Amino acid sequence: MLHEFLDRRLACAATVCAVALLGSLRGDAQIVVEVTRGVERPVPMAIVPFGWEGPGPQAPFDVAALVASDLGNSGRFAPMAVEDMVSRPTQPADVRFQDWLIVDVDYLAIGQVVANPDGSHTVVFQLFNVLQGEQIVGYRLTTGGSADDLRVAGHRVADMIFEELTGIRGVFGTRIAYVNEQRMGRERRFQLIVSDSDGANPQVVAQSSEPLMSPAWSPDGRKLAYVSFEGSQSSIYVQELRTGIRDRVSSREGINGAPVFSPDGRMLALTLSRDQGNLDVYMLNLATQRLTRLTRHSAIDTEAVWAPDGESIYFTSGRTGGPQVYRVEARPGGRVERITFEGSYNARPRISPDGDRLAVVHDDRGNYRIALVDPDTGLTQVLSNGSLDESPDFAPNGALIIYATLEGGRGVLASVSTDGRIRQQIASVAGQVREPVWSPFPRI
Amino acid sequence: MIRLLTILLVLGMGLSGCRGGSSTIPTDGSGDASDSAGANGASDEGGVTTTGIGADGSVDSTRLVPGEGDGPLSRLVIYFDFDRSEIRSDFNDMLRAHGAYLAENGGQQVRLEGHADERGSREYNIGLGEQRAQAVRRVLMLQGASTDQLGTVSYGEERPAAFGSDENSYSLNRRVELVYR
Repeated sequence: MLHEFLDRRLACAATVCAVALLGSLRGDAQIVVEVTRGVERPVPMAIVPFGWEGPGPQAPFDVAALVASDLGNSGRFAPMAVEDMVSRPTQPADVRFQDWLIVDVDYLAIGQVVANPDGSHTVVFQLFNVLQGEQIVGYRLTTGGSADDLRVAGHRVADMIFEELTGIRGVFGTRIAYVNEQRMGRERRFQLIVSDSDGANPQVVAQSSEPLMSPAWSPDGRKLAYVSFEGSQSSIYVQELRTGIRDRVSSREGINGAPVFSPDGRMLALTLSRDQGNLDVYMLNLATQRLTRLTRHSAIDTEAVWAPDGESIYFTSGRTGGPQVYRVEARPGGRVERITFEGSYNARPRISPDGDRLAVVHDDRGNYRIALVDPDTGLTQVLSNGSLDESPDFAPNGALIIYATLEGGRGVLASVSTDGRIRQQIASVAGQVREPVWSPFPRI
Repeated sequence: MIRLLTILLVLGMGLSGCRGGSSTIPTDGSGDASDSAGANGASDEGGVTTTGIGADGSVDSTRLVPGEGDGPLSRLVIYFDFDRSEIRSDFNDMLRAHGAYLAENGGQQVRLEGHADERGSREYNIGLGEQRAQAVRRVLMLQGASTDQLGTVSYGEERPAAFGSDENSYSLNRRVELVYR
C-alpha cells in the first residue's frame, strides 16, 4: 500500500524529536530586535537600574535593562542610557524631579528587587510623570527565585508601564513561535522554535530533517499544532509545550495542512485532500476525532482561521482563479461568501482579536506584501514594503502584526503596527526564519 | 540515537524499494537544479526514441529504466507555469513513456512529489503542488498506470530545487518529481 490510513495517536518518529520547553537553545537562532521605523518623536523616559536587596552585589537578572529594552523596542519610547543619568534613585523619597526635567525626560520609572527568605523575589516599581512631579502608578510583583522568573517579571513591568502610558495592553510578556530552517550542504534541519516576543530565550520544541510548517497556538497558550513531513507524508501534531508530549491528530491520505484552533480550543480547522486529492477545509473535534467538512469545491480551499466568536471561518480559495479570501459559517453546509476583491492575490487570512480586520498576503503590483482588509467592505490597505512578505499574524493586543520577510535573501521576521507607523526587524543569526505566530496573552 | 534510527529508516526504504522486482533503483533526480534543467532541455529529442521502442518492442532488450539513458523515460521532472497545474504539451511524450512503463511493470510504484515556487502563501502553495501531482497522476492513469502504483505528496515551496529568488529558479521549482521506488 502506498497510502496507509494512519490515525495512531502519540507518535514520535525517527527523524523528528519533540522537545519539552526545558533547556534553552544556545548559540544559534538567537534573535535581536531592531526598530527600522519608529514614531516621529518617541517619548523620552528613564528606567533607572533597580535597587537590590539580597545576597551578593547585584540581582541575578537586570530587570530595569529589560524594561528599557522592551519599551525602546516598541518604537514609541526612547529610554535614556544608564550612563547619561544624573542620579539613580531606587526609592520614591530619593527622586529629585529637577534632575530629570533638565534632560527632558517625560516619564521616570524606579524600582527595587528584594530576595525573600523563602527564595522568591519581590519586584516593586513606581512610575512618575516628571512634568507634573507626581507618581502615576506603583506595583509590587512576587515571582520565583530564578533569573528566568525575574525576566518574566521584567516583561510584566514593561507591559504595565506600556499600558499605563498608551492605553494599549502590552505584549512584551507574550511569546512567538516560528519555523527555522538551516541548510548544511544538501542536509536540511527544520526547527520549530518558541521564544519571547522580543526573540530572546529561543527554545527548540521540535526538530526534523523533513519540513515543519504552519504552527498555531492553542487559545490557552499551552500547546502548538503544526504540520510535519516526517516519514515523507504530511501529518498534523498537537504538542504540549511544557512536556513536549504530542498527539498525531491527523494523518489521513494526502494533505494534512493548515491547522488552527477554534476559539474554545476544542476543535481544529484544517485542510485535507482526502477527496480525490481535492483540498477542502474541515473541522476536527479533538476529543472525539469527528470530522466535519466545511467546503466542497474542486479549487484549492485552505488556510482557515476562526472568527473570534467561533461562528464563522475565513479561508483562502482559488475558486475564481487566483487565491482570494472567503468566509464560511462554521457548520456543515454553511454559506460561503467572498471577502476580498482588491487585486489578483489575497491569501492566508488572520483575524484581529476584535474580529474587525483581516491581515492577508496581498499581491501589490508584483510584490507580495502584508495588507489589512476590512471584512465588511473589502477595503484593503498595504502595510509592509517587502517583495516576498508572508505569514502575517496579529499580536494578542491587535496593535501589531508579525510577518516573515526577506532581508538580503535571508528569511527574517518583522513586525509592523496596524497603523503602519512602527516597523521592526527581528533578525536571527542563523538560518531561514519564517511562519511566525503570536501567542495569546499569558494567564495572569 | 536519531542518526541510528535514520539509518534504519533508510535501510527500510531501500528494502521496500527492491520489492518491485527491479534490482536497479532509479535515482529521483530531486533537489539538483542542473539535473532538472538538463532533463527539461532534453524535451525535443525524446519523441523519436519513443516511437522506435514502441514499434519493435525493444523495451526489454535495452532494459530501459526510468531516470536512465536519454529517452523520454529518463526524464523525471515535469515543470509548470506560474499558478497553474495544467500539463504543458512538451511533457506529453515523457508522461506517455512513464505511463507505458508503469502499465508494463505492475509491481513498480512511483511517488509524485508536487512543488511550487516561493511566491505567495505557504499552505496555498502546498495546494498548488498537490494539484500538480494530481494532474500528473491523472495522465499516468490514462496511460495505463493503476491507482496503487501511484502515490502523491505535496511539499509546496518547502523543498526548492533551486534557491534563488528569480524567475529562473522559480521555473525550476514549479515541478512534479517522479520518484520511483
